[in-house]
Amino acid sequence: MTTEASSRETTEGRVYSVTGGDWDSLVTEIGQTKEERVVINMGPQHPSTHGVLRLILELEGETVTEARAGIGYLHTGIEKNTEYRTWTQGVTFVTRMDYLAPLFNEAAYCLGVEKLLGITNDVPERATVIRVMMMELNRISSHMVALGTGALELGALSPMIFAFREREKVLDLFEMISGLRMNMAYIRPGGVAQDIPLGAVAKIRETVKELRHNFKDNEKLLVGNSIWMKRTQGIGYLDLAGCITLGVTGPVLRSAGMPWDLRKTEPYCGYENYDFDVITTDTCDVYGRFLIRMQELEQSLRIIEQACDKLGKLAGAPVMVADKKIAWPAQLSVGGDGMGNSLNHIREIMGESMEALIHHFKLVTEGFSVPAGQVYATVESPRGETGVHLVSDGGTHPYRVHFREPSFNNLQSTAAMSEGGMIADIIGAVASIDPVMGGVDR
Amino acid sequence: MGLRMGLEEKLPSGFALTTVEGLAGYMRKNSLWPATFGLACCAIEMMAAGGGRYDLARFGMEVFRASPRQADLMIVAGRVSNKMAPVLRQIYDQMAGPKWVIAMGACASSGGMFNNYAIVQGVDHVVPVDIYLPGCPPRPEQLMDAILKLHEVIGQEKLGVQREKLIAEVEAAAMAAKPTHQLKGLLA
Amino acid sequence: MSDSAQKGSFGVSGTGDTSGFGGLVRTAIDTGSTERPYGGYFDGVADDLERAYPEFSDAIERVVVDRGELTLHVKRERLVDVARILRDTESLRFEVCLGVSGVHYPDQVGRELHAVYPLLSMTHNRRIRLEVSVPDSDPHLPSLVELWAGNNWHEREAFDMFGIIFDGHPGLTRILMPDDWPGHPQRKDYPLGGIAIEYKGATVPAPSERRSYK
Repeated sequence: MTTEASSRETTEGRVYSVTGGDWDSLVTEIGQTKEERVVINMGPQHPSTHGVLRLILELEGETVTEARAGIGYLHTGIEKNTEYRTWTQGVTFVTRMDYLAPLFNEAAYCLGVEKLLGITNDVPERATVIRVMMMELNRISSHMVALGTGALELGALSPMIFAFREREKVLDLFEMISGLRMNMAYIRPGGVAQDIPLGAVAKIRETVKELRHNFKDNEKLLVGNSIWMKRTQGIGYLDLAGCITLGVTGPVLRSAGMPWDLRKTEPYCGYENYDFDVITTDTCDVYGRFLIRMQELEQSLRIIEQACDKLGKLAGAPVMVADKKIAWPAQLSVGGDGMGNSLNHIREIMGESMEALIHHFKLVTEGFSVPAGQVYATVESPRGETGVHLVSDGGTHPYRVHFREPSFNNLQSTAAMSEGGMIADIIGAVASIDPVMGGVDR
Repeated sequence: MGLRMGLEEKLPSGFALTTVEGLAGYMRKNSLWPATFGLACCAIEMMAAGGGRYDLARFGMEVFRASPRQADLMIVAGRVSNKMAPVLRQIYDQMAGPKWVIAMGACASSGGMFNNYAIVQGVDHVVPVDIYLPGCPPRPEQLMDAILKLHEVIGQEKLGVQREKLIAEVEAAAMAAKPTHQLKGLLA
Repeated sequence: MSDSAQKGSFGVSGTGDTSGFGGLVRTAIDTGSTERPYGGYFDGVADDLERAYPEFSDAIERVVVDRGELTLHVKRERLVDVARILRDTESLRFEVCLGVSGVHYPDQVGRELHAVYPLLSMTHNRRIRLEVSVPDSDPHLPSLVELWAGNNWHEREAFDMFGIIFDGHPGLTRILMPDDWPGHPQRKDYPLGGIAIEYKGATVPAPSERRSYK
């Protein structure tokens, strides 16, 4: 005797409750329904989802009927942690949110802190130029990862090797200037942690020349490549209206034709003095975003060259704000054990100036106080608009630090981009959004 | 510089003697396939270690297997949140033995700078770890150093009866050992 | 600035205790209201809003212009109306909402949970901020997802982290914490949750338990 599985209609369709009984009869029952939907999980551990992103897909054959993104697998509670640290220590936390563009997180945070302190115009010009140069170098390294991993996920293996090879050159520069390859905590409130070493500008110019030459490797491989174009043109379509209502910024918005770049519309850090173009395409697809990223590399190189020229003229200028009650007291330098306080500074505080010693002690243990208020500061990171909402209660610890990460908004568009398309195209769409899950989950 | 001469040059008469353990260890360590478990910043350094400059392929490890069933080594690279911990355990369980785990970075080893509600304070709360690699993030060279140390360990792992004897010995030593909070540093 | 805010660097405030054994001390912040003229484009925005929304004075509790930024404190009943007018009126056109940021002020009894919406007008290249306060006992806010679809995840995050319930949200569930997590982590009464670190006989307390210098 065959028993039928009980079933009921739900908003998701017909749901069968199986409690023993014949498997064949169940299968025949289900087979009689017209729909064949499968819900699968492109789980948090997946080689192609750009980090710990969980995509819950409802498939009908190869077509995606519904796509939902599950996030939170990298939630670190950074925002709450900053409330227990001083304003300067916040930089080291905040830099690990979007770990591919750490300097942008730091810059946004420091611009916010400086706005709260009211010292935005007191930050020395040399520090501002160094910030711009480091940010543009970071843009290059971030786009290299985006291009490399995007290509890898779609099956092109060589661009990844080339991209990481170029990225290593940029990371060498980072290491020379700030001491670390990633998560440097180099941009501090009031300026930068230390001045660039002698010979850095020459090395940067040399690297820029090499990069400009080597970017052509990837261009030759992918731009105009018929397989690449077939896999990326018309994929991941998100037009201007979709971008605006979802709050999507960055290359995705610029691929819809909108030339919105915060470096041009709301210049910060002196970007109005640099000569560069905002790259847009109007195809709204993955190929357009890929072209935008490739061309933004060249624009970043231009800015870096201009910054090097400026640095040449500003030799010897300070890199920290002059107010001794805010400026990070020590100038770091490379010592015998790696990096530490410069001997000049130690000589000064121990031997010469009591006031300097007090400042050093107070600033390192207690930190400076920031007047109460709230502020929202933004920078144009490689993924879009990174904004930070800072609330201060007048103390030495932040009251609330909230980051508006571009990947958080951009990732919401996965559903709009993928539904109706093939499952293989989701990978391309997510790769073109270039989400960094550290920023999404914070 | 670690150049391995071809085996042929070392054999004067054309054959070599070794132990089963030595041979098995040699095979296992030279093609250790990592599972992709890159979570956060350390994952980027892991990818850089697999890139052109710090080449993991020379150790036979450039194939990062996406499926844990095909992988031997899980490099937990990055901070493990409480939401991710069950996934981590599931991936570890899906790996077929013999399997090893490297906790890469400060966050995987001990929770790192994030001592809070959201992060598992050390991935050894979830999976057994063979090598802890500090750094934030550790340079690719440091990752390779950890991998080479693991290679040495793997190359000498015991099999069969010897292994069971060793496990019993290690367990007895651990039971009799002084707990960490009773250890004193050099000052005590 | 009111007197409850702490004084500047190295100034003595309160008891002058710098031993730090008092733990992490939080004080209430209360910025007053700004008088007209606001300066810059803020006057234009306020005027246009008043023109388009006659019940302006009823809906806007306070206007604060501080550090070059305009904050409109809105009553929660009028939030959707004000937001819709800000988005649709030609002269205002704040088409992009950059998310929802929750803040918890346990000292402001009756107005503990604030939700801050930074708005951006690409047409006019302007930025303002909307701020709404709700009490802990009734943490309901209308959802703005119909106006700006990008607020979907932001409102879920504000719910997850602060417990602000957005009425009308298509799917208000936890987004960053596991689905069955109790409590709302970024509230001030939620502990940081760190553990003390033991090593060879010494213990380093969790960051929230350590000495803090205010």
